Amino acid sequence: MENLDIISILGSTIRLSIPLIFTALAGLFTERAGVFDIGLEGKMLFSAFAAAVAAFMTGSPWIGLLAGIAVSVLISLIHGFASITNRGNQIVSGVAINFLASGLTAVLGQAWFSQGGRTPPLSPSARFTEIVFPYANQLRDTGFIGRFYANVISGHNILTYIAFLAVPASWWILYRTRFGLRLRAVGENPGAVDTAGISVTWLRYRATICAGILCGCSGTYLAIAQSAGFVKDMSAGKGFIALAALIFAKWRPVPVMLACLLFGFLDAFANFMQGKNVPGIGEVPVQIFQALPYVLTCVLLAGFIGVARPPKAGGVPYVKER
Amino acid sequence: MSSSPTAAPAIELIGIDKKFGAVHANKNINLTVAKGSIHGIIGENGAGKSTLMSILYGFYQADGGSIRINGKDTVIHDSQAAISAGIGMVHQHFMLVENFSVLENVILGVERGALLGRGVSDARSALKRLEADYGLEVDPDAIIEELPVGLQQRVEILKALYRGAEILILDEPTGVLTPAEADHLFRILGVLRDQGKTIILITHKLREIMAITDTVSVMRRGEMVATRKTSETTVEELAELMVGRRVLLRVEKGPAAPSDVVLSVRNLTVKDSRGVTMVDNVSFDVRAGEVVGIAGVAGNGQSELLEAITGIRKPVSGEILMHGKPVTGFDAARLRALGIGHIPEDRHHMGLVLGFEENENSVLGYHRDDRYGKGPFLNLDACRDDAKAKIEKYDIRPPNCRLKTANFSGGNQQKIVVAREIERDPSLLVVGQPTRGVDIGAIEFIHRRLIAMRDAGKAVLLVSVELDEIRSLSDRILVMFAGHVVGEKTPDTGEQTLGLMMAGIAA
Repeated sequence: MENLDIISILGSTIRLSIPLIFTALAGLFTERAGVFDIGLEGKMLFSAFAAAVAAFMTGSPWIGLLAGIAVSVLISLIHGFASITNRGNQIVSGVAINFLASGLTAVLGQAWFSQGGRTPPLSPSARFTEIVFPYANQLRDTGFIGRFYANVISGHNILTYIAFLAVPASWWILYRTRFGLRLRAVGENPGAVDTAGISVTWLRYRATICAGILCGCSGTYLAIAQSAGFVKDMSAGKGFIALAALIFAKWRPVPVMLACLLFGFLDAFANFMQGKNVPGIGEVPVQIFQALPYVLTCVLLAGFIGVARPPKAGGVPYVKER
Repeated sequence: MSSSPTAAPAIELIGIDKKFGAVHANKNINLTVAKGSIHGIIGENGAGKSTLMSILYGFYQADGGSIRINGKDTVIHDSQAAISAGIGMVHQHFMLVENFSVLENVILGVERGALLGRGVSDARSALKRLEADYGLEVDPDAIIEELPVGLQQRVEILKALYRGAEILILDEPTGVLTPAEADHLFRILGVLRDQGKTIILITHKLREIMAITDTVSVMRRGEMVATRKTSETTVEELAELMVGRRVLLRVEKGPAAPSDVVLSVRNLTVKDSRGVTMVDNVSFDVRAGEVVGIAGVAGNGQSELLEAITGIRKPVSGEILMHGKPVTGFDAARLRALGIGHIPEDRHHMGLVLGFEENENSVLGYHRDDRYGKGPFLNLDACRDDAKAKIEKYDIRPPNCRLKTANFSGGNQQKIVVAREIERDPSLLVVGQPTRGVDIGAIEFIHRRLIAMRDAGKAVLLVSVELDEIRSLSDRILVMFAGHVVGEKTPDTGEQTLGLMMAGIAA
């Protein structure tokens, strides 16, 4: 079919955006607290692996999710220990986590399952599968709205809906709770938090734990919702795209969601255009479309979004001045 | 003083001792502060004032000694404990979250519950009350970074009062304020005292101490050397106690002997990085053998003028001449080669690389000179010998040219910059805020060196926001307001006249 199937593109936009939304929200929590988190990618990968392994062993996607979250939180705590407690360089710590994730998951996967770093394919009962909303199947053939309902609104797994709930929830936590107020403060001026008698260290640890939970959802989604098992390096740079979306959205929850949807859309569009003729040009190499999200990232970050002011204390370990 | 002799003192510090590694910051400090008084603590930079107050506020733990608040022994192991003991602190560098509203800053740490709703509305009515009681007006919904510095400081005071502070510590509160803002602050402090609050004012400005305090304690090198009733002491006595020797508060100098014009500025217009015109059609000359002072409230174009003259910022129009030859738009290196020395306004930002060793900063900017090396290579021995000679001549302490520059006190860092620029023997010395954050002893020294440059027949262009400094050093004073030179005066012009010109009211 040569015509633009907007419904199917939108449906896959949603599917491709979910890991970005989880991951970018994870970055939102740590970076608003003043801890740069370049290791989002690695955390996704670790949790994808853990979720796949746990789901395979137990046959339960929920235990897979718990395992994914637990491992991701653990990695977050390591990042926190290096960069908060020991005041190490946050970028270096994050890069180390990414390398570790890429290597260790493949090695463990090979050692345990001998399938070239993959985990064994999961049965549908060990995965998060699509939820079909009431009347979705009946409405499938009833015009645009019906198709939109059936393919874009309905028909996704539970994590998808959790991701969209996580957006207003993050907003509410950041702007309407004591924890959120303090978290935003510690990313701007940790001195103000310290002199108010609040522990900067504990606050930043809690922010990284939040990020761990969200990254855990993201990795789990990749391994046992979108796919049926772990594949080496399956995060494929999504952690970095999420980081770009975070900057693009100027560290605010709702724009983060919109940015992730935009990147997801470009990705979906690239998939859709695979092997199709562009009117007047003919077949365009799919790599051109696949490069679009990255080109867009560069263009947007290079100035189209105005000044993206990061949290002022970001990247700087807190030391009481003498 | 409104304290009665029977009331327990608000604060008693007994034998407070604190070491940072080899540095003995506080040596067995005893201090008593009467309730309902304004108590000044004065001392040079690095005398240990801020450390002592940080201990009282729970920011650091003392190694020894005890603290009594209102006659009760109190252990202050963190800031939370200090706050619940009724102590509030206004830090030198404000502890405010700049992109938060006033209200959010006020409730940070005292939110009254996990959700913000109730805390915010409580704080809003509390701020109204504080405004009525103490005349502390500020819009609770304003964003901090959009407020002028004076109002930001008011938010810090409100923060402390909202937390129920009975004792208020202010660390160098006027360093960032205009004279008018400082006067306003002093009026507020007076009201707070009259309402029974106890105030500790840390400063190194003698005039403030005399103007507002009831009692003053002097610290020197980690020790509390004296406590006086303010009414029974003099500026001269306090200066001597601070420095440990007699200090000349006025610069001694003979009449100037101006000769040829060294620097000519003709119709110069300079814009800042936002594109706002900061210097507007300014013209003046500086002759050899004179000090020309530029007075003005910070932000009226002085910084941009200095940057244009020293080649850091390109002017939009107009001309700059050195010895009659046009040098407009030359970069800093070329101007330095032509004999312009520059002591920048902000030594941390432009004058020094704090992470470098002293000797590296001591040659920075002149490192291409033949005496410091050949071709691409530095002659480290030559650099270090040169640095040692400057350390000796300028009495830079500690006398160690391998020490990291960040580890020198403000006054000594400034001396490193002054030594570097003066020893290069420029024909024009451009000086910005030469004694900002510098202690009295070093101020005296730097002032003497600047006058010595003048007497050696050099041209000196001085920019300072300290009117005293301008008046005591300059032979001619230009006043800048809103990018214009609004007038030229002689140094014996009264402070009031200059103040009105600086405010743009009189010409």
